[in-house]
Amino acid sequence: MRDKQIEDLKDYKYGFSTDIESFKAPKGLNEEVIKFISNIKKEPGWLLQWRLKAFERLKVLKEPNWQKPKYPKIDYQDLYYYSAPKSFKEKPKNLDELDPKLLETYKKLGIPLQEQKRLNGIAVDAVFDSVSVATTFKDTLTEKGIIFCSISEAIQKHPDLVKKYLGSVIPITDHYFATLNSAVFTDGSFVYIPPNVKCPMELSTYFRINASDTGQFERTLIIADKGSYVSYLEGCTAPMRDENQLHAANVELIALDDAEIKYSTVQNWYPGDKDGKGGIYNFVTKRGLCKGKNSKISWTQVETGSAITWKYPSCILKGDNSIGEFYSIAITNNHQKADTGTKMIHLGKNTKSKIISKGISAGKSDMTYRGLVDISNNASNSTNYTQCDSLLMGNKCGAHTVPYIKNKNSNSNIAHEATTSKISEDQLHYCQQRGLNQEEAVGLIVNGFCKEVLQQLPMEFAVEAQKLVGISLEGSVG
Amino acid sequence: MEQKLKTDFDKLISTSNFSNQEIKLKKEALNNFLKNGFPNRKLENWKFLDINKIIQKNIGELTFYNDYNIENEINDNIFIKEIQHNKIVIVNGKVERLSFEYEESDKINLKILDNFNQNPNDDNSLLSLNNSFSNKIHNILVKKNYSFKKPLIIYQITNEKVSSTNINFQLNFELEENSSIKIINFSYDNSEKNFINNLFNFNLGKNAILKNYKIDKKSNTNIKYDYSSITQKENSISETFIFSSGSYYIKNEVSCNLEGQYSSAFINGIHLLSKNKHHEIRTNTNHLYENTKSYQLIKSVIDDSSKSVYQGKIYVDSKAQKTDGYQLSKAVLLNEQAEFNAKPELEIYADDVKCSHGSASGSLDEDSIFYLMSRGLDQKTAKELLINGFLLDVVEKITDEEIKKLLKNMIGLN
Repeated sequence: MRDKQIEDLKDYKYGFSTDIESFKAPKGLNEEVIKFISNIKKEPGWLLQWRLKAFERLKVLKEPNWQKPKYPKIDYQDLYYYSAPKSFKEKPKNLDELDPKLLETYKKLGIPLQEQKRLNGIAVDAVFDSVSVATTFKDTLTEKGIIFCSISEAIQKHPDLVKKYLGSVIPITDHYFATLNSAVFTDGSFVYIPPNVKCPMELSTYFRINASDTGQFERTLIIADKGSYVSYLEGCTAPMRDENQLHAANVELIALDDAEIKYSTVQNWYPGDKDGKGGIYNFVTKRGLCKGKNSKISWTQVETGSAITWKYPSCILKGDNSIGEFYSIAITNNHQKADTGTKMIHLGKNTKSKIISKGISAGKSDMTYRGLVDISNNASNSTNYTQCDSLLMGNKCGAHTVPYIKNKNSNSNIAHEATTSKISEDQLHYCQQRGLNQEEAVGLIVNGFCKEVLQQLPMEFAVEAQKLVGISLEGSVG
Repeated sequence: MEQKLKTDFDKLISTSNFSNQEIKLKKEALNNFLKNGFPNRKLENWKFLDINKIIQKNIGELTFYNDYNIENEINDNIFIKEIQHNKIVIVNGKVERLSFEYEESDKINLKILDNFNQNPNDDNSLLSLNNSFSNKIHNILVKKNYSFKKPLIIYQITNEKVSSTNINFQLNFELEENSSIKIINFSYDNSEKNFINNLFNFNLGKNAILKNYKIDKKSNTNIKYDYSSITQKENSISETFIFSSGSYYIKNEVSCNLEGQYSSAFINGIHLLSKNKHHEIRTNTNHLYENTKSYQLIKSVIDDSSKSVYQGKIYVDSKAQKTDGYQLSKAVLLNEQAEFNAKPELEIYADDVKCSHGSASGSLDEDSIFYLMSRGLDQKTAKELLINGFLLDVVEKITDEEIKKLLKNMIGLN
């Protein structure tokens, strides 16, 4: 039974592509394309200026190359920066007007767009290539005053909020990929939680790259006003293609006084085939700003997909007593490469941060934890605790830990631990003695290894993630 | 600077008697340095303390020419009297005296090389600088099955005659099978504002043992870079202890290549800093063969506006199964202006390994201070006692009892 299940799951099950006619901007990166995107989205003038400013800046920036996983040079002129299903030229008003093929796609992916089929009460905003497709549960959220829509819609309907916060955490003067995103971002999600509102359900975005030769550049902006709370989930898949595709999203979180944002990601982009051909380059910039007092931002990520994952979800702890957390599981198999971790920048007094990172590498893959803990001179009484553990399976893979620790405050404490090991023979023996086969035993032990992080995920996601952990490692034992 | 380097180099060549082969290598090294210049913070290894900037700010224009024909006087008063020992006395980068009076002369081979190994990694331009301007290199070979009876103390002295000068020095040690040596490298600076660039090469044969203790205690305003390269064969042991406190700036780099099975490397260090000093320890332990072991313990006490940096890297090759690697760095910050930076790094390509690192930094434990004060100590004494205990931990790792006692007295830890 289990064998069959594994057999079914072994191949990347999200690898199909949907045959939908798409409407694309001309290939290449230039001012015309940026104007085209801005124009088609009917954006106000200030935003176009903002994009063009970012593009000016991009021209002088150089692509960073300090990361561990190297990749062939990306030809930015050979990419489509805008791709939308053709039927989207006139945006559908409700779900009934959606292209049935699209609905079919999301059904295959297991994303319940149809509200009537909803079981677990998660509001979903789905992004297909460049355009946000549908947002469910809108009415329930509107009642509470919560704004959850695509960023394009927010630009039209809530320009004040967007103008105030867009780029306030990731400015257009940031690093190469973030600035690229600022210039050409197409769609993404926007969330605003009004003061003292606890969002009644999990909010969720689902990203899907369908068309070939496209880069996906979403921009997510989440604002939690004073005393509010929101939990946000993000999931991603892409079809199997031989060429590499670029995904360079920007995610900005802003938590005001006493607000809390919980951001969870299950990233399962197409990782490429067994020989390392194809797959997504996942170069994402995620940054949260704890702007107000007593605010809290918590990142949880399960990274199993992508040919190359290169991201550092970070927290800037500006408000006094603010808290930043980072929980991560990163799994690489075959020829996958990951360079991921976090940055905790302590600026306010009594700020706390916690980092738990679990890395598992198998096959011929390479995994790096890279992190920064920076306690500034003013951040007195701050503490950080970091734990990063790596598990190696086989001797063709690599596991690396590169933490940067900067302490400029004598009243603050930083503690860091890291270990690297393999699955102990004793544990395996114990499990096998009790009737589990080797693969089951490894699965059990790995799940135990990841438990601290899996616990942080919302329930529905945790189950999925646990399965994903198992699948990602199939074939790596023995 | 380029012109200065070239004229100083020509002056050095014309006043010394290097072999043609040496001159050729020195020229290559100079060209390499001219190409790269002093390292700066753009390079990952120099991220925390930018030596280029520090030299410019504190010294300004450097003189690279160093007259190796001058006979320097040696003041015998500075010699350590507590223990009998062999001596190498180096003044301003020139070896003035070599005395191995306690050893059997046929068991040691001393020679001056007329050739040297070119800097293997091009990215370290300071090694190129050293190669191009250092004097002829002494090579000390300890023959098979011979153990040094008494420690060897290397006195590294600088005197008032030099200032704003770059002093380059190199020394080689070869330890044949089953041999052993204990070295204390003792810095004694009477000069101010020089840039001192040292390179020590150690080649350890099968079963060889190297114990190397580096002491920099006397307060001075020199800027130092000290690189130790250690290669180890089967079953060999290297122990390095660094006490870094006196100079204005020091970067101690230790690079260990564990090439034979059951070889092990121990690196322990103390940073005891005050005023505006900047000290760094950077280690590179490369596990290149099965069943090798490394252990590192670095502790820093940082006062005033001083800055301590620890960068440690454990590299495990895919061949090096059963590696055991450990790193621990701890720091106590005593002042609001003090700063501690660490980058403990693991790069691992083998699965059957046990590698871990830990790093902690913060203030002295309030509870411990309270405990001591409730027993009648004043706050100052309580703090001193705690710092003493904190650092003693590292000194206790020294495996040679006689030297441990000497160093405890010298540093003032009991």
